[in-house]
Amino acid sequence: MKILVAIKRVVDHNVRIRVRPDGTGVETTGVRLSMNPFCKHAVEAAVQLAEAGQGAASPTEIVIVSVGPKAATDVILTALAMGAHRGILIETDADLETLAIAKLLAKVVDEEQADLVLLGKQAVDDDSNHVGQMLAALTNRPQATFASEISIVGPALEVTREIDSGRQTLSLPLPAIVTADLRLNTPRNAALPMVMKARAKPLAVRPVAEFGVDLSPRLVIEKINPPAERAAGRTLGSVADLAAFIADDIAQMEAL
Amino acid sequence: MRVLVLADHDAGLLAPATARIVQGATALGAIDLLVVGDDIAAIAQSAAALAGVAKVLTGKGSLAADGLAARLAALAGDYDYVVASAGSVGKDVMPRLAALLDVMPVTDIVTILGPTRFERPIYAGNAVQTVTDNQPRHILTLRASAFRPAATGNTADIEALDSDIASLVTLLANHRTLSDTPDLATAQIVVGGGVALGSAENFQLIEKLAKRLGAAVGATRAAVDAGYAPNDWQIGQTGKIIAPDLYIAIGISGALQHLAGIQGAKKIVAINTDAEAPLVKLADVALIGDLFETIPQLIAELDKRGVTH
Ligand SMILES: Cc1cc2nc3c(=O)[nH]c(=O)nc-3n(C[C@H](O)[C@H](O)[C@H](O)COP(=O)(O)OP(=O)(O)OC[C@H]3O[C@@H](n4cnc5c(N)ncnc54)[C@H](O)[C@@H]3O)c2cc1C
Ligand SMILES: Nc1ncnc2c1ncn2[C@@H]1O[C@H](COP(=O)(O)O)[C@@H](O)[C@H]1O
Repeated sequence: MKILVAIKRVVDHNVRIRVRPDGTGVETTGVRLSMNPFCKHAVEAAVQLAEAGQGAASPTEIVIVSVGPKAATDVILTALAMGAHRGILIETDADLETLAIAKLLAKVVDEEQADLVLLGKQAVDDDSNHVGQMLAALTNRPQATFASEISIVGPALEVTREIDSGRQTLSLPLPAIVTADLRLNTPRNAALPMVMKARAKPLAVRPVAEFGVDLSPRLVIEKINPPAERAAGRTLGSVADLAAFIADDIAQMEAL
Repeated sequence: MRVLVLADHDAGLLAPATARIVQGATALGAIDLLVVGDDIAAIAQSAAALAGVAKVLTGKGSLAADGLAARLAALAGDYDYVVASAGSVGKDVMPRLAALLDVMPVTDIVTILGPTRFERPIYAGNAVQTVTDNQPRHILTLRASAFRPAATGNTADIEALDSDIASLVTLLANHRTLSDTPDLATAQIVVGGGVALGSAENFQLIEKLAKRLGAAVGATRAAVDAGYAPNDWQIGQTGKIIAPDLYIAIGISGALQHLAGIQGAKKIVAINTDAEAPLVKLADVALIGDLFETIPQLIAELDKRGVTH
């Protein structure tokens, strides 16, 4: 069994971002970047599936792929330290659209003939929530997005998904594409010896041009603005004041 | 311009989100509304009643993304826009459809500035992108809470599509959250509880206040992770996006990812023991105090005043 995990390097989710005053984007210089949290859950899921399959006739191989600048090797190393076997960096300094990313990943899926591809459900920079679904279309594979449980049952995959009305469990034949939600697992923190070992694992850096994919953007990002500010609030003195506020607000709603 | 809108439905009812997506999409052109599923006759009737709908198309079959995207791709040739709600079905199927058609989608739109110009939030709502989409066909998802519902009273024609499109995916089980509270994503009032509630049993205090106010119930990720509330109550970057007239946040610190889900709320009330909590700072009004004392007092006070909604 071969599992491919696609991961993205993004502004760390704990950073309070700053929108550049000229509207060109979000300040990323001098800001901490790390593995997109959803991708961490995807890597952890792969490692757990490999651990569960230990002793099987053919051991599971986990391949990590990321599209990004040279510096994205650091998130690949993190994934290798968590237990993945080798990495591929598709190197580009361009900020590619999700469709272009999916096309590049489709080439890798083809090359690697992976049985299972795991991705995060969304990257917390652009909050797109696209790439897994696009990759499934481009590789003509079934998909299960927003996974909170994954298990391999014979030749099929059983996935529980978090959806608007609760949860649902699907069965899908392999090869398949799954995107990870946060309740899928608790990602491990790699211990120092694993971090050292990761540096010895194979990591191929390949220029994006090698893949022959048309990467030209389809959309024009005109500008990026901060959201509207909220008016300053006040602290109430008592529960009675709060009840009066709520009563007043409801009266206004009903008047409309 | 011709617009195909995908309807959302659940438990035999048209989802409240769909009326809002239809209202939003009327800015783009004449709308055909597609309803896919089994036993959808009643849903199609509600769909046909929405103002702005020219025709309702119905199709049998599953909502699994592979089949649904294939069905939409087959229909897309007749339309300039294919639009869905940015709920779990739209998020699942629309990027897949877009890739099938080699189109870059614009998703989670909160403002339609013109036929090809849209605004969408990024970075958990801490920035807003203005996007121009000059592609020949547009694949869009709209954030339901950012639009008003369409009026009803229309009687659009209903037309059944013949083909039943296959999927490789089998649905094994649905685990639905049973609740008689209003739909979270479109509710006028929402009461949300955080990890401070301490147990699923205590969380009923939030539900009790919500019932009292005719409000939907929401929760933080931490409260869901701890098992105090079901996952479909989660509000935030990875949960539901709400835009009620009134949001009452109880025992919630106000992490960035939670705030991402509540920016559209008109008025925010916070109840917290910590006067420095980010949500207290953001709120229109805050009450500093222990929720286990203040909530029962608040319910009693609302009773005394005879407040109903
Ligand atoms: C990628 C990612 C995505 C995420 N997505 C989401 C999301 O969609 N939604 C979400 O909510 N979170 C999300 N989170 C988690 C988020 O970062 C916070 O951890 C979470 O919102 C905190 O929940 P909380 O406010 O319940 O808990 P806490 O932060 O622990 O806050 C509890 C609050 O209760 C107050 N309190 C304690 N006791 C009482 C009392 N007796 N009476 C009154 N107040 C009391 C405390 O002062 C505190 O302010 C995400 C995190 C990540 C990394
Ligand atoms: N540049 C990238 N390189 C590798 N994987 C990516 C990249 N961008 C997105 N992905 C994958 O696609 C998922 C969803 O991202 P998005 O569609 O951009 O929200 C991420 O969690 C990753 O698993």
